[in-house]
Amino acid sequence: MPPRRSSADFRPTACWENLRLRAELLRRLREFFHEHQMLEVETPLLSADTVVDRHLDPFCVVPGGDSGLPDPLWLQTSPEFGMKRLLAAGSPSIYQIARSFRREERGPLHNPEFTMVEWYRLDDSMADGIAFLGKLCDVMLGRGPAETLSYDEAFGRYAGIDPHTAGVADLAAKAAQSGRPMPESLSQDDRDGWLDFLLVEMVQPRLGIARPVIVYDFPASQSALARIRPGAPLVAERFELYAEGIELANGYHELLDPQELRGRMARANAQRRADGKPTLPEENRLLAAMESGLPESTGVALGFDRLVMLAAGAKSVDEVLAFPFERA
Amino acid sequence: MATYNTSQFRKGLKVQLDGDPYLMVECNFVKPGKGQALYKCKLRNLIRNTLLDRTYKSGDTIEAADIEEIQAQYLYRQGEQFFFMENETFEQYELGAEQVDEAWKYIKEGMVCSMLLFNNLPIAVTPPNHVVLRVEYTEPGVRGNTATNVTKSAKVETGADMSVPNFVETGELIKIDTRTGEYIERVKE
Repeated sequence: MPPRRSSADFRPTACWENLRLRAELLRRLREFFHEHQMLEVETPLLSADTVVDRHLDPFCVVPGGDSGLPDPLWLQTSPEFGMKRLLAAGSPSIYQIARSFRREERGPLHNPEFTMVEWYRLDDSMADGIAFLGKLCDVMLGRGPAETLSYDEAFGRYAGIDPHTAGVADLAAKAAQSGRPMPESLSQDDRDGWLDFLLVEMVQPRLGIARPVIVYDFPASQSALARIRPGAPLVAERFELYAEGIELANGYHELLDPQELRGRMARANAQRRADGKPTLPEENRLLAAMESGLPESTGVALGFDRLVMLAAGAKSVDEVLAFPFERA
Repeated sequence: MATYNTSQFRKGLKVQLDGDPYLMVECNFVKPGKGQALYKCKLRNLIRNTLLDRTYKSGDTIEAADIEEIQAQYLYRQGEQFFFMENETFEQYELGAEQVDEAWKYIKEGMVCSMLLFNNLPIAVTPPNHVVLRVEYTEPGVRGNTATNVTKSAKVETGADMSVPNFVETGELIKIDTRTGEYIERVKE
């Protein structure tokens, strides 16, 4: 991203009306969590640990000098690790409004530095987590309670395919039928890659149009840090909130097993290697927290900039950010 | 050959696909939170002027196009062939009607235009944004009507027909915006 500087670059890209709305929504959000007896916490943005995910690229910070700090450090891609460590150390239900950072993510719905709202509620099942998210969405956007739809139903309805049983060839054939240009490099063994393509091109644009919708029970292969529910098909207890075709939040019935986490990190790194990306450290303090015992909880991360964008009727997060990346 | 990877993708990138030069006119980043990033691009073929939709996933690369922009003087026309000369090197270039496209309407001998070279061969020529051309013939206008919103056709010295206000007369000089083909004003000699 080459810097484009001009004399007007010092100005915000958001109008004052949207910056006021942003402040108002922040206030309302804190009030909502306060009403639900949740504790606001703050954890480090800069850490020796980082989430290991195939598709998340953290900014790496080299402290330099004789700081004695671990080298390298990472800017968080979400406050997940710090918050789970608090849960393992005996915290009540908590929330955090924190800046998060993801390299290479820039577009109308992405800024490499963004504001994430993340919360964990003790003892919540996935159904409880979905209900709480739906309520929060209604309070913040005022578009009524969210509908719920399984991943399976969403794909059946909008892509006409069963996402759990269809083979890669079937998914690729569906994608071809859509008439949308497909990445030539999408390989025949990347099943999740094809599911993501169908999601982006056929399913997601139609989600949450009349009112917000929460999609749940994702394929087990896309579990990230969600628990996998035994059964057929195997599904991850993961859910996502969409409004106007835009992804607003992602939640998990949280994985508690440290051995399972080790396995998933190793798999994510193997995929990163295959994708030609650098691998990320698999040792972190979250593992120690999980070994000492993480309580049952459901956690959700919500993109605050997108929420403000929808509330403002804006088309790009730039319209609700004082200074997006190019002007940072 | 140099390549661009997806993190370098942006509007204005000049790339090469199947041997043809393209300009990236749009690049839309989409990414499910936990999924694969896609770059949905619109590319304009710089020779044929056609649009192409292509989707790339993060990590993909496209070959860079060897595109150079030079200043060249229009020398003369011979049938459907147009001859130009680069000012500094005196190198001469011959362009066909397809490459000259709409530019023929605006170019006069001696005019300096910008020319795109792809692998050192000319593919397009752009006249200056504003040119002054003489009206060779236009029907006499209604006297006293100086409104600019009443237009008529005028043949200019390049042989092209332009839409001009009613008051413009044969023999006058007019300034034209070559990007839109619109009349701007009359020019005194």
